[in-house]
Amino acid sequence: MKIYNGKYILAGLGIFIVLVTVPIWYNMGKAAPAPKPSIDTPVINQMKEKQCVLPKDEMITGHMQLLNDWRTEVVRNNKRLYVAPDGKQYLMSLQNECMKCHSNKSQFCDVCHNYAGLPTEQGIPYCWTCHVAPKEAK
Amino acid sequence: MEKSKREFLKVSGLFALGLGALPLAKGIAAGSKPQVMPHPEALKGKQWAMVVDMKKCWEKGKEGCKDCLDACHKVHNVPTIEDPEEEIKWIWTEHYENTFPGLGNPYTNEKLKGKPFIVLCNHCSNPPCVRVCPTQATFKRADGVTMMDYHRCIGCRFCMAGCPYGARSFNFREPREYIKDLNYKYPGRERGVVEKCSFCDERLAVGQLPACVEACKVGALVFGDQTDPKSPVRKLLDTNFTIRRKTELGTEPNVYYII
Repeated sequence: MKIYNGKYILAGLGIFIVLVTVPIWYNMGKAAPAPKPSIDTPVINQMKEKQCVLPKDEMITGHMQLLNDWRTEVVRNNKRLYVAPDGKQYLMSLQNECMKCHSNKSQFCDVCHNYAGLPTEQGIPYCWTCHVAPKEAK
Repeated sequence: MEKSKREFLKVSGLFALGLGALPLAKGIAAGSKPQVMPHPEALKGKQWAMVVDMKKCWEKGKEGCKDCLDACHKVHNVPTIEDPEEEIKWIWTEHYENTFPGLGNPYTNEKLKGKPFIVLCNHCSNPPCVRVCPTQATFKRADGVTMMDYHRCIGCRFCMAGCPYGARSFNFREPREYIKDLNYKYPGRERGVVEKCSFCDERLAVGQLPACVEACKVGALVFGDQTDPKSPVRKLLDTNFTIRRKTELGTEPNVYYII
């Protein structure tokens, strides 16, 4: 089999493949390390049993759903208490309950959201455009 | 290996039974489900209402007293924007002729002229803002509070056009920059949403009276459930002549005035 102008075509193809895969080569081995949200806050450190509202796995995958449900219950149904499966009661409030323990927004919320590519400096996810994050020591 | 038909059916029956019991097993494994409930100290009412005793406010209160306004705007992170076209107000003062248009006459009592009337959202029983809201961001709650769900507000401002009392304000700019000291216990709002008085739903929910009522030193603001004959609001309504704002519009406002 003979390819007409084979030299040029193969060379061109080679250059094309290199160009297209440049981002892969360029970023090789430079993957951002998986974030480690910190739970090193005064309130959490004092807890004997470090337990959030739900088990950790459920919180990681479902905190947005939980917050959404809390909002609906509080704003629309005027129900403010959450009884967790383990029987503990929580006030359904981002600012007054979640952030009481997780008072380190930049080390807890932002690290994961940044890793996931959310522009946190623009207030995305849209929590902190309205809600007030606790003051953090810098 | 040979099995009789009978044997085969026995085994499959066993398996079918096992499958049938799966949801049950799952239910037991998952444990009890989380529940939500109202706060045990929450105030209960069917239609909250307020009586504003302007007589008391003027006679007993100090001239230019703004305790109720300041208390409200402080707790709720309401920005102070001077420009009247962009200002945000939950509770504010208005002149007589603007508070009760049509009730003035050429020889209206001189005493009333220039006097500040305390006005706020009337939490109407028939709220036009709720009817026009395309996203149900504003709605009537079972306890009579005309609530806002800021998460859902798209900033169309239909409600502002609908409200005959001017009780709604639009955030033309980022409000956070205009709040001197933030209340970390209460959220703020963002640019592009409409906001208004919520009858302090967050305080009612934990058994407290609205911030303005609590702040008034002369007791000119009285809050209660108007469907309850024993409530302080009803006591005042029974013993005084009261008027409401713009009743001719049929919005059934729930803020009453003693003048």
